[in-house]
Amino acid sequence: MSGLEKKYWKGIEELENDPQFVKNSMNEFPEYLPILNKNEETGGTPRRDFLKLLGFGVAAVSLAACETPVKKAIPYVNKPEDVDPTIANWYASSFFDGVEYNSILVKTREGRPIKIEGNKFSSVTKGGTSVRAQASVLSLYDTERLKGFLEAGKPAEINEVDKKIIAQLKEQAVKGGQIRLVTSTIISPSTKAVIGDFVNTYPTTKVITYDAISYAGIVKANQKSFGKSAIPAYDFSKAEVIVSFGADFLGTWLSYTEYQKQYAVTRKLGKSKKSMSRHYQFETTLSLAGANADYRTAIKPSQEGLALASLYKALGGSIDTPSFTAKYIDKAAQDLLKSKGKSLVVSGSNDVHVQVLVNAINVLLENYGSTIDLNNFSNLAQGNDEGFNAFVEELKQGLVDGVIFYNVNPVYSHPKGADIKEALKKVPLTISFATTLDETSSEVKFNTPDHHYLESWVDVEPKIGYYGLGQPTITPIYKTRQFQESLLRWADINVDFYTYIRTYWKSNIFGKQNNYASFDDFWDRSLHNGVFEAPVDSTSAVSFSVDLSETASAISSRYKVSNSTLELAIYQKAGVGNGDAANNPWLQEFPDPITKATWDNYLTIAPALAAKWNLKISQGNTIKAVLKVGNQTVTVPVLVQPGQAQDTVGLAVGYGREVAGKVAKGVGVNAYKFVDILEGVSQLANFNVTVEPTTETYQIAQTQTQQTIMGRDIVQESVLDKYIKNPAAGRKTVTVHTPDKGEVPASSLSLWSKAKWDEKRTNHFWGMVIDLNSCIGCGSCVISCQAENNVPVVGRDEVSNSRDMHWIRIDRYYSTDANTEDASIGNLAKMEEASANPRVVFQPMMCQHCNNAPCETVCPVLATTHSTEGLNQMTYNRCIGTRYCANNCPYKVRRFNWFAYYENNNFDYHMNNALGKMVLNPDVTVRARGVMEKCSMCVQRIQEGKLNAKKEKRRPIDGEIETACSQSCPTEAIVFGDMNDTESKISKLMAEEKEARMFQVLDEINTRPSVSYLTKIRNLIA
Amino acid sequence: MLSKNKQYSLHNYLLIALFTALLSVSSLFAQGDIPTDDASINNGKVLFENNCKSCHAVHEKVVGPALKGILERQKLPWLINWIHNPQKVISSGDPYATKLFAEYKTAGVMSGFPSFKDDEIKSILAYIKKEGDTLPDSVVKGPENPNPPTGGGVDAGFINIVLSGFIAVMILIVITLAIVISVLKKYLAQNEELLTESEKYLTTQKFDFNAIFRSTGFRFTLIFLLIGTIGKTSVDYLTSIGMQQGYAPKQPIPFSHKLHAGKYKIDCNYCHTGVRISKSANIPSANICMNCHSQIKTESPKLEKLRKSWATGKPIEWVRVHNLPDLAYFNHSQHVNVAGLECQQCHGPIEKMEVVQQYSPLTMGWCINCHRETVVKAEGNAYYDKLLQAHNKSSKEPLHVKDIGGLECSKCHY
Repeated sequence: MSGLEKKYWKGIEELENDPQFVKNSMNEFPEYLPILNKNEETGGTPRRDFLKLLGFGVAAVSLAACETPVKKAIPYVNKPEDVDPTIANWYASSFFDGVEYNSILVKTREGRPIKIEGNKFSSVTKGGTSVRAQASVLSLYDTERLKGFLEAGKPAEINEVDKKIIAQLKEQAVKGGQIRLVTSTIISPSTKAVIGDFVNTYPTTKVITYDAISYAGIVKANQKSFGKSAIPAYDFSKAEVIVSFGADFLGTWLSYTEYQKQYAVTRKLGKSKKSMSRHYQFETTLSLAGANADYRTAIKPSQEGLALASLYKALGGSIDTPSFTAKYIDKAAQDLLKSKGKSLVVSGSNDVHVQVLVNAINVLLENYGSTIDLNNFSNLAQGNDEGFNAFVEELKQGLVDGVIFYNVNPVYSHPKGADIKEALKKVPLTISFATTLDETSSEVKFNTPDHHYLESWVDVEPKIGYYGLGQPTITPIYKTRQFQESLLRWADINVDFYTYIRTYWKSNIFGKQNNYASFDDFWDRSLHNGVFEAPVDSTSAVSFSVDLSETASAISSRYKVSNSTLELAIYQKAGVGNGDAANNPWLQEFPDPITKATWDNYLTIAPALAAKWNLKISQGNTIKAVLKVGNQTVTVPVLVQPGQAQDTVGLAVGYGREVAGKVAKGVGVNAYKFVDILEGVSQLANFNVTVEPTTETYQIAQTQTQQTIMGRDIVQESVLDKYIKNPAAGRKTVTVHTPDKGEVPASSLSLWSKAKWDEKRTNHFWGMVIDLNSCIGCGSCVISCQAENNVPVVGRDEVSNSRDMHWIRIDRYYSTDANTEDASIGNLAKMEEASANPRVVFQPMMCQHCNNAPCETVCPVLATTHSTEGLNQMTYNRCIGTRYCANNCPYKVRRFNWFAYYENNNFDYHMNNALGKMVLNPDVTVRARGVMEKCSMCVQRIQEGKLNAKKEKRRPIDGEIETACSQSCPTEAIVFGDMNDTESKISKLMAEEKEARMFQVLDEINTRPSVSYLTKIRNLIA
Repeated sequence: MLSKNKQYSLHNYLLIALFTALLSVSSLFAQGDIPTDDASINNGKVLFENNCKSCHAVHEKVVGPALKGILERQKLPWLINWIHNPQKVISSGDPYATKLFAEYKTAGVMSGFPSFKDDEIKSILAYIKKEGDTLPDSVVKGPENPNPPTGGGVDAGFINIVLSGFIAVMILIVITLAIVISVLKKYLAQNEELLTESEKYLTTQKFDFNAIFRSTGFRFTLIFLLIGTIGKTSVDYLTSIGMQQGYAPKQPIPFSHKLHAGKYKIDCNYCHTGVRISKSANIPSANICMNCHSQIKTESPKLEKLRKSWATGKPIEWVRVHNLPDLAYFNHSQHVNVAGLECQQCHGPIEKMEVVQQYSPLTMGWCINCHRETVVKAEGNAYYDKLLQAHNKSSKEPLHVKDIGGLECSKCHY
């Protein structure tokens, strides 16, 4: 019988009757846990032991928890008179990173700077701050700053280094060796004096000014046209018509924070102001300025010169160039002619001939003396490309005996960076003042790191006659020394820079005023205000004398009516900029205002090109492409960018850092190597490139994947003509049909028997009004909020998972060509697709502090509740992380802590080290894992303001309490205040706009937000 | 005899007359125009506390001598000169001043107050005189604590006596009832014929303990009590985790509030400089201690750490007594400056504490309770004017902290 039966084995062990198998087969449910144990006899950890251990563990943990740790309270030994723990000290200062200037206030707590805010005393930036100025406080606490002087990469004593450097400098001076001091633009008058002193001591020193992003074309053009090598001061606030050819004057171009402020003045509307400027933009890649333009035309870089020439012709000028026309050129010309003397034409080109033409146009339009000021000219962007290129040649030929770098990184940011790196090895004396090891400073012999600007004495002169001062706000963290002090020391001038700067001000600037008789008073006042302004008379006329025939021939030969090849436009992103601050995690995670992409640069391609490649991209899932320029290639992810000119691609600089800190290193690719040099001047465009798609997929971490508003009324907009006829133009109200009352607005129906909170708000009622017309989408508020509220950085992967933590985001919507009325399924997909050259609208979105808050009703533990001051309160210590509230929030503004973002080395940004944590605001809780968080309307600032008022036995004054976002906004688009105070700015604004432009987002669901918006009005003919 | 008596009385009269005359003269001379009205005394009090108190007390010797009876020791013009410029008086060779200087050499010469007007000095002296006449008040009365941490307002011992008396009475009643039952039972047993069957059953019934133990009701009660007790104990224990009421750690320097705040009545604000202006009250920095201790007790071994800290610049690491969790925002100035609370309200009789201990539980319930019960100090503060008006229209109750959002989460948590 057994012979006939088939036998099935479960495995080879059973077949072979392995003793272990027999033993185990008797024991179907083995007692031991499947944990490897050395004790073979007992066959693993017995269950009882496991339970004992478990029990002991639980008991031990809970007992340990009972023991409260002993905490220490450590007072000062000798308390400084003007420092009181927990009370912030404010110092006025000046932010200048070699590129842009902001007059700022620095908030310090217990001797450490924690927040940057705008200084309203300055008539240059007028209280506005840029994204990078806001983020600069975090760079102070960068653990990867150089901690002391280095010699050949090894730590060295300051005195030893000084001795060696002085000896070598003297040696060079004796034998006439050439020394080059390569600096970024310096706008500090006293620093220039220090450099002068240094050059006097070592006369073979030549100063070379180098800017990574060059504006030398403008400087040279002004030299040619007016005999004045300078960047003029622009005043957009006086311009009724603005025409920009590729100049992103709202995002990155020159003194953009100043221009943002000026531009906003012309865009505000209200009961008493029914006119606004008209803005034309002709550009390649969609920029912030382009996104805000009323009329935008996408042109190729190779058409820029011809487009300007055709504008010049349309204005009545004569220039001999091939005829070319682009959409809206003629219209722009008509408008410009109507507003002679009250218009402005700017160009982002660095081509001298193009800029000469721009000058000719502005002369024709009589803009000099009104919107353009060449007397109080700007001191920014002094970089001299020809000088630097000559230096590179000298370096390569070995004619240079000593190089000193200050605030420049040409090995990274110059197209000949590799040559410079090679040539530096031959130079006997190389010194860098860089605060971190970067591509250039890692190649030098001596690193003598400069202080961070918040540790330094600073003076600036951004425009002629406009001075700024700044004092150290913290004791130097590392063993660094201020650049100026090092130069003085090496030049054998034994005076500290503080004395030097004071003396300089006493002999050079004190005399420019007569309000103060004593220098000490003048100094104290200037230091307190952070600014001193003594503008010179700006009425002197300019004489334009240039023969345009040379310009015409240069433009005709370089620019083409049509170009068959693909072209590259190189641009800067609003966050990382030229790449100096790339190691700042706030800036890396700052979503680009246009693409909403973080932690990357990418090739922006036009939708038509994507269609040609048959490329379908959703939610940041994209492919990489190979970009080839000359003999240089790079593989880079692509991003479909509506508004990108046909047959062009865009690539941002500032990424692809090879020697940098852990944050910047390896992020993106370096676009500087594609910078073209034309007539000795760097050009951010290349007219002949090829791009080949690859099959390699890639995910770009974008914070917003929604492209359009898909026909919903989230953003309401109209055009100026309609607005003048009807101030409520563009306002939409959702109505519903009711059996008894017929059609009624949806918001008049409520589940609640009556307005729950209205009668309880006897004290304050905090609210916000956001003007979509003046919001330009710059994102200064995002970083300001991040700094104020200890918002963590989560990194690229988490952003890809839609787990970004910013409390305020700026939603960017494109217009679509699809019919937004048709809600069929097929059409919905079409509505998602943006137009080829879309109109753009920005909408800051944060917690709306609904008075019928959907989140509050679903929280099972009452962790989110309503206050009698109209705030939607979030209580972290009560939250158990059900996330019902986020689920029920129609605005999607709640953020969940998926991880502990502090003390967690998986989030190696700044909250996991003692130094990085110093930037945290001590008045705001650092949230734990598993809790929800969201905009609190800066309740800590509200509470502080109220307490100050109570202490002084008065009501809070309007404007005294501001949220971080409203404070930093350079265009004053965000107005915050007490809606119960009838005299407040917000109450007056709401009263004025209630029946006009004001609306609430998703009004129809009757959440009754405390945040209102004003409609976007475009100055165009619909 | 009579004449002798007369002589004696005459002698007495003379003496009395002379004495009275002398007394009146001396009092005229000494007190002359020292004011006695309340306004001057109050004015003097303010001046004294602002200027003199850091070195002088009325009843005790502090840095400088005790000032009680100063008017008996020196004349007014001398005192005015001295207060205006002590150094000048010493240099003039005045014997009393020289003696004082010798005695208080370690403390140095008193600083002069040349800006004081004569009237101001007089009112200070008036205050000193009045204070000197009253007995030293060594016990500072803190305001009544509205929520004492233990028990109610009645003494616990008294409750114990009442309770034990009550229990004794109950036991007596039980015994009496038992006796009554047994007497009745005996009587009924002797008169069985009077009873019906069912009544007989009742009288013969045995008290069955087993039945009771087996009954569901008893078991249920027992289990309920057991679970209840265990549950209550665990909940009590668990909720007390992290509570540090009574926490009195040993400090690096045995600083006594009893001595400084109690005996010498140094104002809390003198050392805790932040208490009226900022969130934190501030542990005094060493320079504040050294203001006095560079003069007083310069050799004390207890102050060795202070002197070392001052010399080396290394701060003293005090042990933090009051540990609020980081998630709770508490601001001293709001409570002390705006609400006008006394320190003792939360910190207890700190002026009697040799070692500081955490007096209040510092739990959220405790905070909230105070916010429920405390009336807002709204009078005279324009911030509250409209609120008070609105409140008084709708309610007869005074304006409590809870009425202006004192129970809302974002008051303390953000």
